[in-house]
Amino acid sequence: MLISVIFIPIGVASLLASRDVVEIVDRYETDCIPANYTGDELSFIQDPSSNKTCSRTLTVPKHMKQPIYVYYQLDNFYQNHRRYVKSRNDKQLRSADNANSTSGCDPEDRANGSPIVPCGLIAWSLFNDTYNFSLNNEALTVNTSGISWKSDRDKKFGDNVYPRNFQNGTLIGGKRLDPSRPLSEQEDLIVWMRTAALPTFRKLYGKIEVDLEANSTISVTLENNYNTYSFGGKKKLVLSTTRWLGGKNDFLGIAYLTVGGLCFFLAMAFIVVYLVKPRQLGDPSYLSWNRSPSGH
Amino acid sequence: MRRYVYIDDSDQQDLYCDNRISNRKYTILNFLPKNLWEQFSRFMNQYFLLIACLQLWSLITPVNPASTWGPLIFIFAVSATKEAWDDYNRYLSDKQANEKEVWVVKQGTKKQIQAQDIHVGNIVWLRENDEVPCDLVLIGTSEPQGICFIETAALDGETDLKTRVIPSACMGIASELLHKIKGVIECSNPDKDIRRFDANLRLFPPFIDNDLCPLTINNTLLQSCYLRNTEWACGVAVYTGNETKLGMSRGIPEPKLTAVDAMIDKLIGAIFLFQIVVVIVLGIAGNVWKDTEARKQWYVMYPTEGPWYELLVIPLRFELLCSIMIPISIKVSLDLVKSLYAKFIDWDEEMYDEETTTPSHATNTAISEDLGQVEYILTDKTGTLTENRMIFRRCCINGIFYGNESGDALKDKELLNAVGSNNPDVIRFLTVMALCNTVVPLKSKSGVISYKAQSQDEDALVHAAARLHMVLVNKNGNILEINFNGLVILYEILDTLEFTSDRKRMSVVVKDCQNEKLILLSKGADEAILPCAVSGKQVRTFVEAVEQYAQLGLRTLCLAWRELREDEYKEWSLMFKDANSTFVDREWKLAEVCQRLEHDLEILGITAIEDHLQDGVPETIETLRKAGINFWMLTGDKQNTAIQIALSCNFISPEPKGQLLLINGKSEDEVCRSIERVLLTMKITTSEPKDVAFVVDGWALEIALKHHRHAFTELAILSRTAICCRVTPSQKAQLVELLKTCDYKTLAIGDGGNDVRMIQQADIGVGISGREGLQAARAADYSIGKFKFLKRLILVHGRYSYNRTAFLSQYSFYKSLLICFIQIFFSFISGVSGTSLFNSVSLMAYNVFYTSIPVVVSVLDKDLSERTVMEHPQILFYCQAGRLLNPSTFAGWFGRSLFHALVVFVVSIHAYADEKSEMDELSMVALSGCIWLQAFVMTMETNSFTILQHLAIWGNLAFFYIINCIVSTIPSAGMYTIMFRLCKQPSYWITMIYLMELLCISAHCDCRDGPGASA
Repeated sequence: MLISVIFIPIGVASLLASRDVVEIVDRYETDCIPANYTGDELSFIQDPSSNKTCSRTLTVPKHMKQPIYVYYQLDNFYQNHRRYVKSRNDKQLRSADNANSTSGCDPEDRANGSPIVPCGLIAWSLFNDTYNFSLNNEALTVNTSGISWKSDRDKKFGDNVYPRNFQNGTLIGGKRLDPSRPLSEQEDLIVWMRTAALPTFRKLYGKIEVDLEANSTISVTLENNYNTYSFGGKKKLVLSTTRWLGGKNDFLGIAYLTVGGLCFFLAMAFIVVYLVKPRQLGDPSYLSWNRSPSGH
Repeated sequence: MRRYVYIDDSDQQDLYCDNRISNRKYTILNFLPKNLWEQFSRFMNQYFLLIACLQLWSLITPVNPASTWGPLIFIFAVSATKEAWDDYNRYLSDKQANEKEVWVVKQGTKKQIQAQDIHVGNIVWLRENDEVPCDLVLIGTSEPQGICFIETAALDGETDLKTRVIPSACMGIASELLHKIKGVIECSNPDKDIRRFDANLRLFPPFIDNDLCPLTINNTLLQSCYLRNTEWACGVAVYTGNETKLGMSRGIPEPKLTAVDAMIDKLIGAIFLFQIVVVIVLGIAGNVWKDTEARKQWYVMYPTEGPWYELLVIPLRFELLCSIMIPISIKVSLDLVKSLYAKFIDWDEEMYDEETTTPSHATNTAISEDLGQVEYILTDKTGTLTENRMIFRRCCINGIFYGNESGDALKDKELLNAVGSNNPDVIRFLTVMALCNTVVPLKSKSGVISYKAQSQDEDALVHAAARLHMVLVNKNGNILEINFNGLVILYEILDTLEFTSDRKRMSVVVKDCQNEKLILLSKGADEAILPCAVSGKQVRTFVEAVEQYAQLGLRTLCLAWRELREDEYKEWSLMFKDANSTFVDREWKLAEVCQRLEHDLEILGITAIEDHLQDGVPETIETLRKAGINFWMLTGDKQNTAIQIALSCNFISPEPKGQLLLINGKSEDEVCRSIERVLLTMKITTSEPKDVAFVVDGWALEIALKHHRHAFTELAILSRTAICCRVTPSQKAQLVELLKTCDYKTLAIGDGGNDVRMIQQADIGVGISGREGLQAARAADYSIGKFKFLKRLILVHGRYSYNRTAFLSQYSFYKSLLICFIQIFFSFISGVSGTSLFNSVSLMAYNVFYTSIPVVVSVLDKDLSERTVMEHPQILFYCQAGRLLNPSTFAGWFGRSLFHALVVFVVSIHAYADEKSEMDELSMVALSGCIWLQAFVMTMETNSFTILQHLAIWGNLAFFYIINCIVSTIPSAGMYTIMFRLCKQPSYWITMIYLMELLCISAHCDCRDGPGASA
């Protein structure tokens, strides 16, 4: 009973917080394949000459208050795979002095005989789809600075470490980095390198710092570059506001309500049972040695 | 091989080791290799070493090698430190003994050297109250009779003074000449028998006629004894250093393994198998996933052609990931709590014997749990159930009973009158009482005589004789001085025919100094004396007297004497001397020779001595019996006495409630029939609420054990009570063995040297530090002051120890499984590739700190108050049946960990999904979930809280946050700032609260369902 009294309010509060969040999810990886490539997505995505541009239209269902976070969501992408999650070198990322330390980065440690900065599979497979938003034919600026953790920018990625020899190998993975900007400013890389623990994850792409009115339509021009077709992964574009509990996540609210409700129901049931047929307390005949006199 | 010791001969100095005592196991140089070798001989350690080595292979290791190396080194360091500390203490005490200054004669001159420089053959001089530095053969003392007194308490625990005499060959050598004495002692090689020393001494001219002189243990001063009441003594060193009798008997006893330990080992084996299965299944799944899915995941970049061992990589990774399933710290925490249990026993004030100021003591710190599982108690009678304080109560002299009316012969007017009127029978009776013993009278300065006796019976007899005006005043070498009614009578002791438990009698040959008559005085058990009576004389009255006294529970002794002819004695004396100087089977030969003198005895009478029951004995037996423990009494006393004592201490119930079945017979057939009859009766009566007990004597037992072992075993299982009388020490041990083979937990309790074998044989040996010395207490695992403390030892200490160990071990498994299951679940969402969810530091700290500190505090937990347990001993059934630690309770804990892991995992991955699914954060959420769970489970399982427990549980939780916050401030650490971020998120706290509440509810349902682990 007590539990249900505590649980139900917390559950309601969490659920409300989650429901308050306005979220737009748009899955685009199948729709952004030109008709002539249908059934052969792999060759489309691997063909460097094909036109990857794709337009999407999103409708804002409810008023969205700024800041609106722009995420990309990948499904069935194992950033937590053992080969992948360890394939980085924190020392190299931190300081330019350690450009040569590429231990753990195998097989993306060196290319053409010199070390890769940043090395490793994670950096190599950096997500490279791009999004351009416009509202009523006016470009909607997406602020891509400040999307990574401050602690990462300050301590983990050095401001004197510049990409070197990156994506120069035979196999091109993901996005190329601007070799003139230090790693600490390449926030998309920093975000990407915070590996996700689950195969379905969202990563912050940027922030829209204006309010969006309900029913307004946003058109998105995106470059569909990233290969998720070889493993059948989904790609989604997500625009979401946030609340005290974070983004839209009904789980905790529902979980609290379920347990609270169950307790309430059980408590009621026990009360009814007790009223109908009270059990005698302290009945010694239940004690084990009274049941079996010899005890052996 | 024999040893020839040349007295004070520097040539043979180096032949034998010097007197440096070394109890050390290690030296500084060999400590590390030897200790490591010892630790690695344990299977668990080998396993962890293998894991740790595999972790060095970076391809397969899921975590930093430090997560296993850290705890492994920590645990090794703890054990090694403990060993080193013990060894250092041993070294210090050795050093103290080795550097003690002693006076030694070397090349005819006396000088002071350190004890460690004594060599075999040196003459060592001791002064009063000096400790004997090595085993010596006495050659001279300050006493003109050539005797000295020593206290052997450190050797055998007996507190009385023992007399040691110089060999006849050295008799009368002036002390100045002793410096120059030369000779050879031929003795056996060092052994550990402290009651035997078979040697010969031959002095070189000019000292004596080159005659061979036999040496016995009575001519020796053994290491660690103290010289008392003697101004000085000197002796030749024969055994030195670690070759002394004491040094040889110092051995490491076979470690006893408790049932709980065996069960834990079994469970570890089961977990190990489970782990192998998990590894194989996940390994296969991982390889399949790799070949089907991972090849498509271009970003993982699996090479198309791997090395040959590629198939093994994933299984090995899982092996490493699952290695935490077996808690690395379990042995260390178990050792730690076990030594705490032992300390609790040592500190227990309620088991402190005020009378003798002896606290209880746990010598063996490893087996306290077994105390809670005892099923059979085998107890000695004298000194264990009784006080072993003998009081002379009645006697029967020449057919006349004294003391029957008053119950105290010393106040019986008739006896006093008879003494007053110089009744010759009575006088002879008193003479035997006063003379036939090995008691040493000591006269204090004020003239009060006190007696030092090895046997309580002798003490009682001498005291009683003194009360009847036959006072043993002085023992001056071989001359005994008796004061009878103011009249001084002198006797010279010619020979002592010693008491052995086989002979069951002792005799002395004395010469009456007034009329030069030779007399043999004997006393002993009736069945040992009466057959030696002069033929044709009626012994019926004595048999009846013995019967009558035994009915009353009194101990009887039969006194007899015989006048010896001069020539008869002379002839026998030679044989005796001969037997005394043999080396082979000396004891047996002596017994045979003694037999030749002890015949045609004139029986004088019977003494009856009362031995009080210790207080609390009947209650203790009753309580423990209610707790389902079966009692067997094993005694050397005779049947009737044993039965009487058994009745008076609630051991058996009187008719008609109880029934006694006798097993007797002298031949195989008789015994067989007897056993069958008893078996039959027992089977019939099992349905009736009747206390059936069987009684067997030593003779029948011998036959039963030899020829009808099977039937007797069956009987032993059926019977809850048994009395075995007239049994020898080895039979006692055999009975223990018999019960042990039936898989019963046995506890043997005794107080004397004759119980030592049984105590060592039993699962648990308890010694009572009583009047018969400390021999039993030393050999035992536990020593207590009184029998009544046994109740508390078993019901309180045994039970708590069992409960606590059961909890602790299963909890250790639980927490390891919990974290391991989470890892396994995580592997399903990480492509079965063997990624570790938790970082290395957390894993290591989880096992070593976060979870072990609160558990260790659970040794303070008391599920029921001590009083409740003492009042309701039936509660012990739970422990006896092993209901708190067995495969099914373990299955409960296993299920619990699986369930908890599932809940923690599912809740964390859902609460931290999508944009929050950052690896480091999620891992910390899951880990904090586990830590909260630990606190929660500990709180649920703790029955009684003390401040310390609260401190450990909640302090540990706080400790977790503090440590992680500290780690979070280190930029180079993987989890930099993670903890601060989490603590700021409301969703983190809401998740934690949710986990707790959810498990709280499920725990409630758990309890309601009954058999859950929290019984």
